[in-house]
Amino acid sequence: MALLELEGIETYYGRVRALNGISLSVDTGEVVALIGSNGAGKTTTLRTISGLQHPARGSISFAGQVITGVSAARRVGLGIGQSPEGRRLFGRMSVLDNLVLGSYTRRDRAGIQRDMDRVFELFPRLKERSGQISGTLSGGEQQMLAIGRALMSQPKILMLDEPSLGLAPILQETIFSIIAEINGQGTPILLVEQNALKALEVADRAYVLETGTIVKEGTGEELLHSEDVAKAYLGM
Amino acid sequence: MSIALQRTRSIANGRLGSLLLLLALCVVLIVVGQRVLSGGLSFFIQILVFGLANGAIYGLVALGYTMVYGIIELINFAHGDLVTLGAFIGLAFFPIFGLVEGKDLGIIGVAALAAVFLIAMVLTGGINVLIERVAYRPLRNSPRLAPLITAVGMSFVLQGIMYLWKGAFQIHVPDILPGTRLPLGPGASVGVKDLIVIAIAVVLVIGLNLFIDRTRLGKAMRATAQDRDAAQLMGIDINRTIAATFFIGAVLAASAGMIRGLYFNTVNFSDGYQLGLFAFTAAVFGGIGNIQGAALGGLFIGLVKAYGDAYFSSAWTDVYVFAILILVLVFRPSGLLGMRVPEK
Ligand SMILES: Nc1ncnc2c1ncn2[C@@H]1O[C@H](COP(=O)(O)OP(=O)(O)OP(=O)(O)O)[C@@H](O)[C@H]1O
Ligand SMILES: [Mg+2]
Repeated sequence: MALLELEGIETYYGRVRALNGISLSVDTGEVVALIGSNGAGKTTTLRTISGLQHPARGSISFAGQVITGVSAARRVGLGIGQSPEGRRLFGRMSVLDNLVLGSYTRRDRAGIQRDMDRVFELFPRLKERSGQISGTLSGGEQQMLAIGRALMSQPKILMLDEPSLGLAPILQETIFSIIAEINGQGTPILLVEQNALKALEVADRAYVLETGTIVKEGTGEELLHSEDVAKAYLGM
Repeated sequence: MSIALQRTRSIANGRLGSLLLLLALCVVLIVVGQRVLSGGLSFFIQILVFGLANGAIYGLVALGYTMVYGIIELINFAHGDLVTLGAFIGLAFFPIFGLVEGKDLGIIGVAALAAVFLIAMVLTGGINVLIERVAYRPLRNSPRLAPLITAVGMSFVLQGIMYLWKGAFQIHVPDILPGTRLPLGPGASVGVKDLIVIAIAVVLVIGLNLFIDRTRLGKAMRATAQDRDAAQLMGIDINRTIAATFFIGAVLAASAGMIRGLYFNTVNFSDGYQLGLFAFTAAVFGGIGNIQGAALGGLFIGLVKAYGDAYFSSAWTDVYVFAILILVLVFRPSGLLGMRVPEK
């Protein structure tokens, strides 16, 4: 059984159905990409996994346990970490406070300090700016903080919602190499990206989402070379 | 309607608005200055201390408005009634702890009084948590108007309960604080009571600030106030955090009720209504959602009321306090210390 498994997930906003029975899985060590055009339901999928949105039907299991009815806050403790769409930093708090809040579910001081050092190693910029109010960081720095904050919970899986959005190409490169680095250190990643090309390059596997339905899945390689994907998402 | 609104806005934003405001301020200052000069300095200071004591009470109440607004964007119209409720609950425990009029407090008396404070604060806090649970939480995702109207209804419910409990009378609160007054100058003095009230409020406000700044729960409260979804993604149980906010707000309100009772030695079931409006004005003045702002706003409103009563007439107090509310809402809706960080 995979680390994370979604089985027939249907999620509604009021009466509008955003996900029509999605099944997907992420296994230990993997980078899995979720691509699709605007409004396809990528963010909704991540929000459903983290528990901010509750599915009307279907089940989610994580690390061998069904978590469909577990609250969002408790899922963080179980090991589901997310850097949400739009970053959602605590804009009136310092960089350091944001990171400390990231470790909210933990009590192991030494471990927290170790992860803080690790985040500062991944993102030296954050260390320089640890006292700065996060709302005044640049877009790239905010994205680094959002990822760093998610790492502070010691996630068993890290979900990233459009980490490269709005960043200069060179910064996008940095973010993608850091994604690879984090994965290399052992954390599986579920990656939602507009930049489908980049996402498919770093991903072991990928799913293509269209209006709430998964229409294609395969290895990153396969999808990169699939004709419809190339046409629809890679602009080729 | 919308044109009128726009016009008000453009006046507010334009030069003319600022000029008018400045002019009004000058006139007020000149008149006040004249009366202050003819009243003498020691009288001025006496009123200052009285105003600060009053303002400390408003500040404690304003903190509850501001905290609850900060976290769930609800103007909790029932908050003022928690002040009275706190006083009523405290009053019920006075005889049990041997607190009666005409005795010197002494060490044991002070301890007993502290115990009564604690009981009133904790019970009122618990009641407010219960209120949040049954009345506001089910409406958390409804349009804003729904919880607002519920809060107004809750205010009536609380007043109704207190009316049934003690009736419509002015209820006497034992005068147990030292009545000593320190002479200031010709015809003026400062009450030790006033100083005690100010001291208690200062300690509570500093404690609250440290709590919100430093503790885990305090950080969770700030995080929840800024972004509820993001807070959940940190693993914060927002229901508990919101409940804690209601608890703390009510604790401060109850302490204000106790202080106020001991200071004025009387309390009535409907006192919370006007007190609540004044404290709400204080919260708006300081920038609703802003903790320091609420404390300072409280002091400001207390001073305005005290000086207004002393140099003009208490019949006009409501008018100038609410004039302040309107002026702030029109000219500076984010309050004097309001946050101007863009939201998301
Ligand atoms: N809060 C909401 N209320 C109502 N409908 C919503 C809400 N959030 C999303 N939707 C709808 O659900 C569908 C899926 O949205 P979602 O945000 O998951 O798309 P997405 O794939 O993340 O898009 P994007 O690439 O633009 O971020 C869309 O049709 C959207 O309009
Ligand atoms: Mg999205």
